[in-house]
Order: sequence, then C-alpha cells, then structure tokens
Amino acid sequence: MSKAVTGKPAAAPAARTELCGLTIAQAAAGLEARKFSAVELTRAHLAAIEALDSRLNAFITVTPELALEQAAAADLRLATGDGRTLTGIPLAIKDLFCTEGVRTTAASRILEPFTPPYESTVTAQLKDSGAVFLGKANLDEFAMGSSNMTSGFGPVENPWQRRGSNVKLVPGGSSGGSAAAVAARMAMGATGTDTGGSIRQPASFCGLAGIKPTYGRCSRYGIVAFASSLDQAGPLARTVEDCAILLGAMAGFDAKDSTSAERPVPYFRGAVTAGVRGKRIGIPAEYRMPGMPEEIEALWQRGVRWLKSEGAEIVDISLPHTKYGLPVYYIVAPAEASSNLARYDGVRFGARIDGEDLIDMYERTRAAGFGAEVKRRIMIGTYVLSAGYYDAYYLKAQKVRALILRDFEQAFAKVDAILTPTAPSAAFGMGEKMDDPIKMYLNDVFTVPASLAGVPAMSVPAGLSEEGLPLGLQVIGRHFDEETVFAVSGALEQAADFRSKPAVMAKGA
Amino acid sequence: MSLDAATVRRIAKLARIRVEEEEVAVLAAELNGILGYVAQLDEVDVTGVEPLSGGAQMAMRLRDDVVTDGEMAEKILANAPERSGDFFTVPKVVE
Amino acid sequence: MGYSLEGATGAWEVVVGLEVHAQVISESKLFSGASATYGGAPNAHVSFVDAGFPGMLPVINRECVAQAVRTGLGLKAKINHWSRFDRKNYFYADLPNGYQISQFAHPVVGTGVVEIELADGTLKEIGITRLHLEQDAGKSMHDQHPSKSVIDLNRAGVALMEIVSEPDIRSPEEAGAYVRKLRQILRYLGTCDGNMEEGSMRADVNVSVRKAGEEFRTRCEIKNVNSVRFVMHAVEAEARRQIEVWESGRTVVQETRLYDPARGETRSMRSKEDAHDYRYFPEPDLLPLVLDEAWVKALAEKLPELPDEKRKRFCVQYGISFYDAGVLVVDQVTADFYETVAKGRDAKLAANWVMGDFFAALNRMGTTIDTSPVTAANLGALLDLIADATINGKIAKEVFEAMVETGQAPDVIVEEKGLRQVTDTGAIEAAVAAVIAANADKVAEYKGGKEKLFGFFVGQVMKAMARKGNPAIVNEEVKRQLQ
Ligand SMILES: [Mg+2]
Ligand SMILES: [Zn+2]
Repeated sequence: MSKAVTGKPAAAPAARTELCGLTIAQAAAGLEARKFSAVELTRAHLAAIEALDSRLNAFITVTPELALEQAAAADLRLATGDGRTLTGIPLAIKDLFCTEGVRTTAASRILEPFTPPYESTVTAQLKDSGAVFLGKANLDEFAMGSSNMTSGFGPVENPWQRRGSNVKLVPGGSSGGSAAAVAARMAMGATGTDTGGSIRQPASFCGLAGIKPTYGRCSRYGIVAFASSLDQAGPLARTVEDCAILLGAMAGFDAKDSTSAERPVPYFRGAVTAGVRGKRIGIPAEYRMPGMPEEIEALWQRGVRWLKSEGAEIVDISLPHTKYGLPVYYIVAPAEASSNLARYDGVRFGARIDGEDLIDMYERTRAAGFGAEVKRRIMIGTYVLSAGYYDAYYLKAQKVRALILRDFEQAFAKVDAILTPTAPSAAFGMGEKMDDPIKMYLNDVFTVPASLAGVPAMSVPAGLSEEGLPLGLQVIGRHFDEETVFAVSGALEQAADFRSKPAVMAKGA
Repeated sequence: MSLDAATVRRIAKLARIRVEEEEVAVLAAELNGILGYVAQLDEVDVTGVEPLSGGAQMAMRLRDDVVTDGEMAEKILANAPERSGDFFTVPKVVE
Repeated sequence: MGYSLEGATGAWEVVVGLEVHAQVISESKLFSGASATYGGAPNAHVSFVDAGFPGMLPVINRECVAQAVRTGLGLKAKINHWSRFDRKNYFYADLPNGYQISQFAHPVVGTGVVEIELADGTLKEIGITRLHLEQDAGKSMHDQHPSKSVIDLNRAGVALMEIVSEPDIRSPEEAGAYVRKLRQILRYLGTCDGNMEEGSMRADVNVSVRKAGEEFRTRCEIKNVNSVRFVMHAVEAEARRQIEVWESGRTVVQETRLYDPARGETRSMRSKEDAHDYRYFPEPDLLPLVLDEAWVKALAEKLPELPDEKRKRFCVQYGISFYDAGVLVVDQVTADFYETVAKGRDAKLAANWVMGDFFAALNRMGTTIDTSPVTAANLGALLDLIADATINGKIAKEVFEAMVETGQAPDVIVEEKGLRQVTDTGAIEAAVAAVIAANADKVAEYKGGKEKLFGFFVGQVMKAMARKGNPAIVNEEVKRQLQ
C-alpha cells in the first residue's frame, strides 16, 4: 500500500477509483505483479459505490467490512504467491444467491429479514477462487422482470443516458443491479441468473458482456428459485474474456443439484481468442420481427459482416417456433414459480403478517410480502396448473417447448452457432412499458427461446443506438459448447471495438 | 377461455394470496390479457409431440443412503418469525 | 354367500380400496441427508432441504428406490423402469415447500397382487394398482401450546411408499386381512417395520356401498387409520353411515373423513376440503428415475423367501398341514425358529412343540422369540433326547419347563435332575411285580374281564419309577406279567 511521502500525518489514502476501469484480466495481472493491492482495489470500488449507489441503487446490501477482510486475505495469498484466478477481484453478487451470514432478499419484502445459514455453490466456488464480494446486487423481485422496476427495494437506474437527455433509464432485468454495478465500474464483474434473458438483456442495455451457460453447467444449489427448469447462473462483465474467467470459476458439477451436469469444465478463457475461421454461423429468419427498429436490424447485419470477414461461413437457417417462445415461457415459468414460491408462507423464515387463523396468516403474509408482478405470475401459474386447464396450457406449452428444442437441434446440425440481436430495443425509460405486462414481456422475445432449449447464449456489446445507448448481439451455441459461443463472441467484440462509456461511473475509470 | 371475478378469487385462494375486492377486476383484466396472449399456442399442431418438462435431458443420479445432514435445530429455527422452544409456531389449527 | 350389511331396503354390499402409506426403512431421508430415525429432539433431524429453505434442492436416495423396487417385487408387481416425480401443491403448516414431491403420473411400481386368507380358510386375491414413492410431511401439534400449533419437521422428507389397492375388498374382515398380509410382506422384505402405533404404516380407507350387481357408488376416504382393528371398525361404521344416507333418500358426497375410535364413527374433515386442486406437475428439480435392468435383477435375486412361498415349502418339505405352516410363517423369526428345530428331526413333532408348549410358554411369559430363554437349538436338542430314548415324552415336558425357567440346555437338566429314562428290564420287571403283588384285587378284576384297568397298572409302575420308565418296555412287561 502506498504511503504519503509528504511527511504529513497519514490520513486515509484517497481511493484510487481509476483502478475501477480495469478489466478483471488486467486487474488480476496488476495484483499478481503487486502494482496495487487487493485492499486498494476493493477500497476503490467501495468508494465508487459510496459515490454512486445512492443514485443508481444497484445494491440492496453493501458489505464493506466483509469485502475488506476478504481483500486483506487475498493480499496475504498474493504475497505468498498463492493467488488463484480471482484472488482479490471485487464482484457484485445478485441478491438471489444465498450467502452465508449475509442477508439475501431476492429483492422481495417477504425475504427482507432473511439471512441464510448456508452458501450457494456458485458463490462458494467464487470465494474459493479468491473473489471479494462487495455486496448483494438489486434485481427484479424473485428475478421476475426485464426492467428491475419490480424490485421491492426500489428500481435501479441505468448508468447510461440518452444523448442530451436526463431521462432515467432502466438497466434491464432481472439482473439489473448486477449490470448497473459493473457498467458504472462499481464492481469488476457480477453474478447474474438468467431464466428467460435476465443476464443477456441487462448486459445489452448496459453495454456489457454476459453469458447464460447451458442449463446444468452451473449449480442451482443455494440460488433462490424462480423457474427451476430454466434458471441458470452466469456472469456479467465488461469483456468477453472476463466473462470466460468468471464462468470458469462458477461452473462445474455439483452433487447437491440433481440437474447439474457431470461434465468437466473446459478452459473457457482459451476459447475467447480461438477465432471463427471456418465456423458456420446461422442467421434465423424468424428473428426478423415486424416492428423491429431499423437500427437493430442494421446492428445485426454489421455483426454478420464482421464474422464473414473473420472467415466464418454465414448460413440462413429457420427456427420456425421462435414466435411461440414467449407464450410458452409465460406459461412454464409462472407455473413453476407458483409452486417454488409457495414456501414463502411466514412459518419458517421471512416476513409474517399475523392473521385470525393459519390460512388468514398465509394470505396476509403473501399479499403484503409479494409485489404486483410476482402476484400476477403466481396467479397465472396457479391457474394454468389448476384442474381442467392443465392440458390446455401447461401440457401444451411443454409440447411446444419440445418443438422449440427440436428447432435448435435441427439448426445445430447445420451450423456451429447462431447470431441474433439480444433485445428488440435499447434501454427504455423508467415507467415506460409499465401499463401493459405483455409489452414488458416482449423485451425477452429474442432471449427466451435459448432458455427454453437450455442452450448457452451470450450477449456482446456491439454498438450504440442513434440515441447513444448500447446495443448487444446474441450468440447462441450447442448444449455444453460454451467454447464456440466464447469464440464467436470474442470475434464480435474485437470487430465491434466497443469503447463507449456510460454517463454515470466511477471517477477516472 | 376468459377468467371471471369468481375464478380470480378461487385462484387467489388456492395461491393463498389475499385479494381485496377492488383488486379483483384489475387482476382479472391483467390475467385475461396474459391468457389471451398465450392463446396463440392454439395454432401450433403438437400431434405426436412428447412434452418436454425438464431443462436437462439425462437420467437421475442416485445418492448413497448415509446421514450427512441435520442436527442443527438452531440454524433451522434462526430465521423463524416466531418459535416456541425448538418448534416453529403458527396460529392454532383446529381440526 | 359373502359379507353384507342389512338395511331397511335389504342387503348392501361393501366395497373397499386401501391406500397404505408405509414408511421406508432407510438411514437418511428420501431427498436429503438428514436422519430418517423416528423421534429425536424437535427439528433435530432436519436439513435446509427438508425445511424448504430458499435455493434448496432434492437429491434422491438410492436405498429408498431399492426398497420400493423390493416391495414391488414382493407384491409380484410390474417394476416401471422409467418413472417420474411430480409436485402435489397444497399449503399446510407442516408441509415446508408448499408441495409434496410424489409420483402421480408415472409411479415406480405398477399393478401387482396380494393373497389374503380369511378365518374360514378361503384365499382371495386383492389387486394392487400401484406403489409410488413420496415424502412424508412434518408434524403439527395442537396441544403443546395454549394459543399456537407447534411444528416439528423431523418427519418431513422421510420416504414413504404409498401402496394403492384395487377396490377388491368386500368386508371388514378382508380389509383387516389385507393390512395384516401387506404388513407381513413388508416385514419379510425389511422395507417397512409395519409399526402402526408409531405411524410407520397407516391406511387411507376408501369405502362405498352398493346393492348386488350395481356399479360402484360414491366413495368416501377415511384418512390415516392407524391400526388393523380400527381399519375394520372404520369400514363397518362408514358403510353403515352410507347405507343410512342412501336409505333416507339423500346422497353420499365424496369427501375425506376421519375415524374417531372413541365414538366408533367417522366424521367429515371440512378443514381439508377447500384445497382439493393439487395442481400436479412434473418436479423440475429432479430428472426421470431410470432403473437399470441389471440392478433390478440383482435386487430380485437377493429377495428373501416370502410368506406364501415359505408356507407352501413347509407343507412339502416338512409334511405339516397348510394351516400349521401358515401359523409358523407368521413372521421371519418364527419361521426361522421352526426350521432350526425341525431340520433333521421329526418335523411334525417339531411343529407340535413349537406351536404348543413353546408358544404357550412365550404367551405365559409375555415375551417374544428374540428374548425367549428357550433357544431353537435347545428345543431341537430336547427333541433329540426324545428321539434317542434318553427321556420319554412325559419327562420331556418337565425338562421343557425347566428350560423355560433356567434357560439351560436339556441334556444338562436331564443329567442334573437324573431324568434319564429306565430301560433296564430287570428294574422294570421288579417294579411291575411289586405293583401286581400290591394290587391282588385289581388283578382279579382285570382277569375277570375289566381290561380298562391295564392303564392303572402302567400308571402305578410309572409312578413307582418316578415316570422315568421306558413306556414301551413298561407296557410289554405289564402285559406279560398279567397273562
Ligand atoms: Mg390418500
Ligand atoms: Zn400419499
């Protein structure tokens, strides 16, 4: 740690917030070379949070003491040459991951008083890799949303702004706090979860890279469940390489999750620079949707040209059931959620509102504890599973889901990866699209099909909208072929050379 | 299939969510909007299609029968909104 | 003519189907590593999975699956190599997740059969519809606290097998025989201890009544009946109630009811009525349960001999009656005891001893085979002493009583008490001569044609010889000397 040489009494050294501008790869190299300490790096990020988060609201809980303790431990390791992949790297953890001894809310008032006595597998692995946790990032309540407006702890503001406008924009959702924290340089990376686009869409809205790995790649143990057959953890970071580093630490088989895949974790970081020469990239006709803004189409075409010029072969493909992805999703996810959220009943943990009897207590607790969107989805999910409606809704949706998976399988017989836009628009204003749930749901139109099929998909920042907001391209790969996804994303990132920065971010970063 | 006020009340009851009278109409409208949207699935022919229920396509692993957990009543009860000794408590249930 | 109940409008037939919940014998729970042991301090045998904490996931226990498969094999049932778990959704204070993980659409075991025997010796087959695995719930107690119900989750997540019968049962007796037989099979298999008092086996009893030749009428389900006697009583009480309802011109409504043993009647459980839409759907936290052919085969090969087969074998191998064999195979311990005694000996005599003096002694002492002072080896040794004429049958009874009292081996008792039988013809000749000399009048009567007195002479000789005389030789000698 640098000490003042002026001879004056040592005050607390000014936080070096310029360190917040480093990528994880750069910071890890800097720590290794002892150019700065983990404590300095953590202090810089805590200072950025201190300066910015009262405005952005990206964190529900900040844990500075814990973070500094972890950073000090990291410095000890680094001093003995015992550093691991993430030793000393400050991260934000989506508040959907249970963290032992640190409050975990899922952004719901019903879990406001909940402190888990256990740790999720993904965060445990990150800790084992040496990461420093700055705090718990805001999200849509129980990860249900695409705007972060449904959080029980207030909305998150996107650090980006439209050119010449002060209108507050949403960061996307549900991993909106994670995305805002990384975009504003308050964290070097973050964990997210993606059920229908909750990593990729906020990554796109905030100018970040973010990957939803194959279903089963990361353990779901200790992650508050939204829709069990869809939920997957993944990282958000400012570069594709940083995502590869983070995913390498997060992924892996876990005997505590029956749906976790018993497969070795490849060296993702190595895949990022593998290139796309000879790779066949599919362009699905059905992603060209009526009413899609011209600039999204233009961005997509740019992506196609970049990959072509890097030596990829472009193949027109068809994913005929794409348009049914959202309706399937809005049956399957609420159905599973209605059951997964039944445990929030005020008996064993969380908030309770007393009532005249047991049933009255349940009803009051859940009415007060859940927000409007969560209640809506529980109601829809309860309805589609109820007697007389199951076949028409849930069973039908499962069958169409099978067709969507078949679409991808047929496509991947012909191509190695698929390129699409991530979202149909750039970040929108807070309060927009709030009047009609369907309008909000349409944000996920391009991300949901990959979730339903369980295939890996990544969003890469590829350019700016006319208003100066980031736009992302999505790369979809085969089951358990994240390496190709990283290779294609790495090539896109290189070509796009995205250097723009948000309006609100850590000083000097 | 359109959802009426009585159905909204029945669903809310099943889901154990208290719904005030004035919320019923709003909820019915919102839920009908969503149900109307998902109704586009009616046009998909799924004859002979096996439903896909899980996210993973493999067979289940089985765990060995050994005691590896439990014996931590204090941790189990630490988050309880109300308890009596090492029991959770709820309003008295009359059977 | 089968069982029927007489109503004002004539005879009614009773139709019963049973859903038996049998707790699986295993170390840990179905989906968590917490102990499945009965009892324990409140919430001690509970993991975060059992308590339904956020982010917790189920992981299935291989042994619980094996136990279900063994039971299926024991019920001669179809083993489904592909099965699946579903969620049954309902709210209750002792159901932590708000759903029970069960097998609704695709159970691990399909149709099978159980043979029951009625008091008159009739045999009847009761069809098994299915057997599936599911989690038990926790326990709510309503009398521990003045104003609250308290919840203990120690049972939550323990594996249960739900065994569903066809509606083939036609009387309280058949219902009782079915539960007893099922319990016997489970105990033989070692898959459930069958302890109804501790709740490790409990029955939901579905009852309806009808006139001869009719289709089935509406049934009611009587929940959680916890003894064989109560099952029989509940069937009769509910059938009588339904007959009354029908005969008074009203209609039986399908509902769940409770049997109240104190009043001997069933009553409606209105509290559970509103939650009847269980919204089953495939459990997304688990994958399909796929059983390996070889694994099932290995379980089948290690299956113990079951009571029906054992009973048939006993008849053939030991030449005992079907009835006696039925008594001796009542449980594995009794059957093993009998076989140890019978092997290489007079098997019929062995059966008489086990079912006669031995059972009587256990009864008298209020003990069981496990703690009996008379071991199978010692009872066998006693039979050997009879066979090689070391003692006679009368003395054997005396030796047996000493064995019950002291737990000693029979040869030790015979030696210590000097009970060896006398075969020395000289000594017997002398004893007979003495009795004849002392009873001249009786001898005269005998010779005058009162042949019944023969037994008197034998008795007197045996008495004089302290019952140790060899009965055959004594008989011969009395006959000879009276000629
Ligand atoms: Mg039942
Ligand atoms: Zn059951």
